Amino acid sequence: MGFFQMLVQQLLNGLSQGAIYALIALGYTMVYGIMRLINFAHGDVYMVGAFCGFFLTADLHWPFPAALVASMLLTSLLGMIIERAAYRPLWNAPRLTMLITAIGVSLFLENLFIVLVSPDPRTYPAGVLPQHTFQFFGGVRFTLNDVLFWGVTAVLTFGLQFFVQNTRSGQAMRAVSFDSDAASLMGIDVGQTVSLTFAVGSFLAGAAGVLIGTVYQIDPLMGIMPGLKAFVAAVLGGIGIIPGAVVGGLILGEVESLVSWAGFSNYRDAVAFIILILILLVRPSGLFGSTAKEKV
Amino acid sequence: MLTIDKLEVSYGAIRALHGISLEVPDGSIVCLIGANGAGKSTTLKTISGLLRPRAGSIRYQGDEITHWAPKRIVAAGISHVPEGRRIFADQTVEENLRLGAYSRRDRAEVAKDLEFVYELFPRLRERRKQLGGTLSGGEQQMLAIGRGLMARPKLLLLDEPSMGLSPLLVREIFSIIQTINRQGTTILLVEQNAYMALGVASFAYVLETGRVALQGPAKELASSSEVRRAYLGG
Repeated sequence: MGFFQMLVQQLLNGLSQGAIYALIALGYTMVYGIMRLINFAHGDVYMVGAFCGFFLTADLHWPFPAALVASMLLTSLLGMIIERAAYRPLWNAPRLTMLITAIGVSLFLENLFIVLVSPDPRTYPAGVLPQHTFQFFGGVRFTLNDVLFWGVTAVLTFGLQFFVQNTRSGQAMRAVSFDSDAASLMGIDVGQTVSLTFAVGSFLAGAAGVLIGTVYQIDPLMGIMPGLKAFVAAVLGGIGIIPGAVVGGLILGEVESLVSWAGFSNYRDAVAFIILILILLVRPSGLFGSTAKEKV
Repeated sequence: MLTIDKLEVSYGAIRALHGISLEVPDGSIVCLIGANGAGKSTTLKTISGLLRPRAGSIRYQGDEITHWAPKRIVAAGISHVPEGRRIFADQTVEENLRLGAYSRRDRAEVAKDLEFVYELFPRLRERRKQLGGTLSGGEQQMLAIGRGLMARPKLLLLDEPSMGLSPLLVREIFSIIQTINRQGTTILLVEQNAYMALGVASFAYVLETGRVALQGPAKELASSSEVRRAYLGG
């Protein structure tokens, strides 16, 4: 393979990893947008999604599409429960209290799953998806799995954008995230809207978990690093901004892929956090964030 | 229409209202005047359910609404145009207005009210596709009032509609407030511009540090020496 083929190959690899980051980052950014909380338990919701998919396909022998959708619904339920049980009682507490609680929820989910399913890594049953490898452009390869990653991410991202921009609930979400008191005065139920936001964010994380399970081993601590990376992606795109999370996720996936290609794969994780530090130094509002001030 | 009885509200340990009682008769304009921190905005926020009182009661059209959620209060016909306008700067003028009608399901009637608001504020029609944040201060105030009207309120709570506006615009806004009232909407108006407020209101309350210091027909208060000295500049 020549240089260009290698480059295209790396970019395609980065796109698949980036799609996963994007799906997780969306949940971070939506929750931040609506309640100014970095929900550090979000990576663990992704982990729970991966396990739901595992048990549905391996133990219950559900077909993959059904397992995917069911896992997404289960994680959205989990997201709503977390919000109700852990965060809602702290609405009037200082933000830091909620952030610490989020870390607590994260540790709780990780250890709960270590107890429930054991810390051993698991692999989705072979043949859960048909395998096929495509070749083009003089040796560049991608698999049916990659196509699934890209397709699911594209459908969910555009679906989310449509939902947020064009539905009544989406309009309520935007209003609450801009100014929750003003939204209340419009007759919007803020509590219900926050609950819906957690449901939608966790729904997307669940999808990411099941997708990743089709390629990699899963274990109860698998959500930690992708969770942090997705947080970086959300900050990179501009936290609170939906298209920003997707672009941030994709950029992060590509950068990691290129860094590995360049021979620095040991520094893959470090690069993500270097990006975080740089963006916070240079442009803390992120690529898509505006620095415009409100009119008084 | 609205009766408030011995309302007490605190922010944490700080008591903001020490037992306020007031009455807003159906069809009237009643104003609350007073200095910063007197409790005017707190009173409105408590009526619309954003704040929970420690004690006292709020009755509206025969219902005890003291502990209702904001959503239910809006649906019952009380619309609150908050201080500082609080429009959704990242949404268009028309989206803002439609959010004002969020609690309503009667689409045809909402469309009629949108038309009504555009008649009232032709400037908003011109700018309907513009983002709320790009409007001038006066236009934002019109948008905030228009958005409040989209709920088709029976009682409109207006918090400092004149704040930050030029004298010309203040007069325009106040004449629109009177128009809205003539069309049957009861208004509870909070103002620091006591002169303008007393000019349009039929009854007024003067708040001082969380208590009603004075009350009476607006004309009488406007000529009372006490009010003139404290709020009308002599």
